[in-house]
Amino acid sequence: MTQFVLQARGLTKHYGHVVAMDNCDFDLRAGEILAVIGDNGAGKSTLIKALTGAVIPDSGEIMVNGEPVHFRSPLDARKAGIETVYQELGVAPALDITQNLYLGREQRRKGLLGTVFRKLDKSAMRQGSARQMADLGIRVQSIRQKVDTLSGGQRQAVAVARVAAWATSVVIMDEPTAALGVRETNQVLQLIERVRENGLPVVLISHNMPNVWQVADRIHIHRLGRRIAVVEPDSTTMEEAVAVMTGAKQPEALA
Amino acid sequence: MTKLDDAVLLEKEDRAGPWRAALSSQIAGPLAALVLAIVIFSATTDSFLNPGNLSLIAQQSVVVGTLALGQTLVILTAGIDLSNGAIMVLASVVIGNLATDGNVLGALLAGLATCLVLGLLNGVLVSQFSLPPFIVTLGVLSVLTAAARLYTDSQSYPITSEFLTALNEGPAFGGVTITYGVMLWIGLTAILGYALTQTAWGVRVYAVGDNPRAAALTGIKVKRVLLSVYLTAAVVYAFAAWQALGRTPTADPSGYATANLDSITAVVIGGTSLFGGRGGVVGTLIGALIVTVLANGLTQAGIDSLYQQVGTGVLVVIAVAVDHFVRTRQTR
Repeated sequence: MTQFVLQARGLTKHYGHVVAMDNCDFDLRAGEILAVIGDNGAGKSTLIKALTGAVIPDSGEIMVNGEPVHFRSPLDARKAGIETVYQELGVAPALDITQNLYLGREQRRKGLLGTVFRKLDKSAMRQGSARQMADLGIRVQSIRQKVDTLSGGQRQAVAVARVAAWATSVVIMDEPTAALGVRETNQVLQLIERVRENGLPVVLISHNMPNVWQVADRIHIHRLGRRIAVVEPDSTTMEEAVAVMTGAKQPEALA
Repeated sequence: MTKLDDAVLLEKEDRAGPWRAALSSQIAGPLAALVLAIVIFSATTDSFLNPGNLSLIAQQSVVVGTLALGQTLVILTAGIDLSNGAIMVLASVVIGNLATDGNVLGALLAGLATCLVLGLLNGVLVSQFSLPPFIVTLGVLSVLTAAARLYTDSQSYPITSEFLTALNEGPAFGGVTITYGVMLWIGLTAILGYALTQTAWGVRVYAVGDNPRAAALTGIKVKRVLLSVYLTAAVVYAFAAWQALGRTPTADPSGYATANLDSITAVVIGGTSLFGGRGGVVGTLIGALIVTVLANGLTQAGIDSLYQQVGTGVLVVIAVAVDHFVRTRQTR
């Protein structure tokens, strides 16, 4: 039986007269990369915001590992194990790799040094980040390297590594390669596959169809505020999917 | 499907010691400049390198040097505090006025409270209302400059309390007097340096100054960090007010008119970036010493003190140029 890690049923969201989500469903299976594609204004980002707690839907239900959840803030989603990588490079360039990986979740020393003097456990954090970078196959000279000495692809890799380190159920990536060149995009795509191989399902929002066809296991096509089809890259061509996405073709016409 | 061939492998982590870390950091440049200035003035004048003069240099640095520590915190968050000198002056006249009743400790605490209230004002305007720190502190500077004179009716209060001027005293080690004020300055630098480099609060201060959006995305409460920075700086300014009363035992509402800019100068020469996220308090301590050494050394050498301003200006431009180079070289 297929396990669903993240699901949504009948999500609806109105902004005045604008319908951003219209009875929208969503399913993410364990161990898969699910791409979400859709035209500009189709409501992808509203769906993603609802799944990450940034938007509270008017109605509908979200389930994590089959349990209904009610996210009131991004913090709630994070507590449920959902972490997000954003398009803009979400790293602090003047800090080093370890500091970025542990930003907002710093570890303190045990005993008085930690409780009274609030001293950070730098060596434990360095070990943790070295392990995390190695697990994801991210190559850097040193864990102490400041992020501004890294290339754009490596920086996004650090952002992915942080998210993958803390996510316990889902990693969501919102246009993670939009700001990157071809070579760096490929590095990040490899990283996304690594995250899946390490056991976390990934939701990839992307405008780049070749990228989607390269890594996705299934593709959620979004149109007019709802999911109108789910296809697999092996059985559907990019042209067909784009035609459905833009309304040139009805989803029933897909093989 | 892509192969994972050219990802993999983490190169062995280098074991950089604290020395290498210090030398590769922003402190290296200012430290070299300080040492160079000391060597040059020692070689060219007879009077520079003697214990009494060195002690004097440290004492002359404490007020602006202490203000600059608070300024460093604010600048690390990509802010700026134009009001720190005025906050210090208002606190010192409040202390001077209340101390005339003889309740010296109460007066000092009232000075601290004055700083905290004004730090809270700056902090709330900057964090909660997201107003630009330059404008907020410029406005507060203007208000406080007038407020100090209105409060005192443009009079100064002589300080007679030994407790209030105690920071200008201190033990002598082999002819070199180290005043309690200098010890306090170094102690504050050590405490703030520890807080910035060894605690989560410090990492978050740097992160907020470096990339507030990324900091917020990781769950850091950016507004709370900003507020904590302005309040911490306010406590430091209260110490500066105490230092100032020791240096000149008069609470003068029109004193220290350029201390705000002098503190920024010390921060910048000390290698902290005006764009936030880079630098630290040890550099600022060195930066404050450089400015004083320059003034003192040129005076010893019999050179017009106007050249001290020229020299300081050149150092500021060099420091900003170095920072610009550091920040742009990595943008690839």
